[in-house]
Amino acid sequence: MKPAPFTYHDPKSVTDLVGMLNTLEDVKILAGGQSLMPMLNMRFVLPDHVIDINKITDLQFIHYENDRLQIGAMTRQCDLLSSDTILLQCPIMVEALQMVGHFQTRNRGTIGGSICHLDPAAELPVITSLYDATLNVVGPDGERQINFADWPLAYMMPNLAHEEVLTSIEFPVWQEPHGYAFVEFARRHGDFAIVAVACLLSVDELGKITKVALTVAGANISPVRLAEVENALIGEKAESDTFSAAAKTAQKIETMGDAYYTAAYRTRLVGILVERALKQATKRMNGA
Amino acid sequence: MPDTREITVTVNGSAYTEVVETRFSLADFLRQTLGLTGTHLGCEHGVCGACTILMDEDAVRSCLTLAVQADGASITTVEGLANEDGSLHPIQDAFRKHHGLQCGFCTPGMLISLAAFLRDTPNPDESAVRAAISGNICRCTGYQQIVDAALDAAANINAAGRS
Repeated sequence: MKPAPFTYHDPKSVTDLVGMLNTLEDVKILAGGQSLMPMLNMRFVLPDHVIDINKITDLQFIHYENDRLQIGAMTRQCDLLSSDTILLQCPIMVEALQMVGHFQTRNRGTIGGSICHLDPAAELPVITSLYDATLNVVGPDGERQINFADWPLAYMMPNLAHEEVLTSIEFPVWQEPHGYAFVEFARRHGDFAIVAVACLLSVDELGKITKVALTVAGANISPVRLAEVENALIGEKAESDTFSAAAKTAQKIETMGDAYYTAAYRTRLVGILVERALKQATKRMNGA
Repeated sequence: MPDTREITVTVNGSAYTEVVETRFSLADFLRQTLGLTGTHLGCEHGVCGACTILMDEDAVRSCLTLAVQADGASITTVEGLANEDGSLHPIQDAFRKHHGLQCGFCTPGMLISLAAFLRDTPNPDESAVRAAISGNICRCTGYQQIVDAALDAAANINAAGRS
């Protein structure tokens, strides 16, 4: 027995859950448990109450309608990975998921848990940023929607009040033909990335970039959308020189250093991985 | 007063009803309450893979699951891998043949992970096997014999399926 004592709750509906969040003090929500359970075991967190939301089956779904992919917060990573809808509408998520932990942790881990835990190098928040997805949050005053751009408030701190819960995520998927790439550098398979880059890219018949999205993770305390690089790429030819220039611009973002990797090392990786992602996305755009 | 719940869990085919503290992990429940010490605990934060068990057929970390979350579930631990007549599961057989272990600490998690993997992936190549056990750490073998055992077990399972 490792976690410090807590009172366990397992509501069956979002209404019950919100009621509990509104009345209980010092609560942690237990989703897939692949991050919270280690923190409980090591007593990094000592909540008075743990609310297990695994029995709220309403939060497990994958819907696709009107160019929007809607995913319930408690949808497990293994179910996203094996979904034909995701593979068809958002193949980059499949590519990213293969780098999320291991198959044993993906069997429990959820998309909502990952987005709320908000590890700076986690893969699923990168995809959420890349599509500028909308997060649906429910609290005592009803529902509200947040764009991912407004989601991270600080290091591992989402824009979520303690009596609120993330219920679903809406991805406006790209309808135009496009290429994609999710590339990362990690020391071991399944580790969090040191730096990861995700890219979506559309090119017209003249080989010019018409639409592009780029997100970097691991470089700083939360995923960074490379707006300046994206703007500079529009109208440029999708070729090596363009990608090298983009990589240089990308390296201007602020990077963090820690006990293992310096900020300079992360900056170097940002350049390499942005270039790699753009090349790979272009290759896929061209059907190679 | 500790927070407790009564749970009923089927483990290796037998149903158990016990009162557990809600903060008790499934791994500790299996080991301490049921005495099934085949499931090993290494890191207790989901990295080493030694505690991997099957919960309703899915390979999961029993150190990252609360016992109370297994209420109503069917669990298979390494003790339940062999057949009722005592004959070994093909992956166990292959581990013995290929010397897929030295100290044996990681073995329960390796066997469960590979049993689940081979059930879902009938014809894996070496890189797929290595990816499948990337979440199970072995500090003795250098993995080579484990990979050999997994590939041999896959071939044996396929041969048995055809006959």
